[in-house]
Amino acid sequence: MTTEELKAVKSDKVVDARGTACPGPLLAAKKAVADVQAGQIMEILSSDEGTKSDIPKWCKKMNYEYFGSIDEDGIYRLFLKK
Amino acid sequence: MSLEIEKHVQELQQKLNQLQNRQAKDQISIIAFSGDLDKMLAAMIIATGARAMDTEVKMFFTFWATAMLRDPQKSGKGKDFMSKMFGFMMPRGSKKLKLSKMNMCGMGTSMLKGLMKKKRVASLEELIATAGELGVEINVCEMSMDLMGFKREEMIDYPHLNYVGVGSYLADADESRIQLFI
Repeated sequence: MTTEELKAVKSDKVVDARGTACPGPLLAAKKAVADVQAGQIMEILSSDEGTKSDIPKWCKKMNYEYFGSIDEDGIYRLFLKK
Repeated sequence: MSLEIEKHVQELQQKLNQLQNRQAKDQISIIAFSGDLDKMLAAMIIATGARAMDTEVKMFFTFWATAMLRDPQKSGKGKDFMSKMFGFMMPRGSKKLKLSKMNMCGMGTSMLKGLMKKKRVASLEELIATAGELGVEINVCEMSMDLMGFKREEMIDYPHLNYVGVGSYLADADESRIQLFI
């Protein structure tokens, strides 16, 4: 998805993992995804650049659909569909 | 003729079943050996990360690493002189572990801990607690416990703690796709 498309995405759940370092964002995502229904969209906020490579791989492993990420001044917003 | 084919199919089915049973699971097996702070941090980060990826985790704690699992509040009873000496010299739990490099009489270790706090990297104690919540299995080498003179009653309260021998590790490793020695 393009940045414009991602900006228009309505997230059903937002996970704020800003400030935490690896493996914090991944653990936060894993914890939060349990409350998300299949088909719903989850957004992860992270300030750890490693998250940008981790979450797509995590999605692939867990069979979630990864949409992409937006960089906003060192904060990464990552979107996925369960 | 058809009887022969049937027999052949049966043999193939049997072989297929055997192969399927031999296939490694979505599981990681980690030997924690060193007992150095930095290396144990790496081991626990990988273990908790693996659980986030839905991978089963089996850790086997042996030699120096067993000291990480000691509870500083607890003590073992009925130790002989050598065990007491060993117990005194070995770190009493995760908070007492040192860096494998640049320890500099403890200065390096406390500098790293300060940095970790500042950069909000989880401490070893937090990682152990998280591992417990996520179902990371910790298996402790009974022989190491005996050798170091550690008693079960002086170990931490961890939800998935077992005392095992090398055979259990090998059985777990045999079923794991990923193997690490740290």
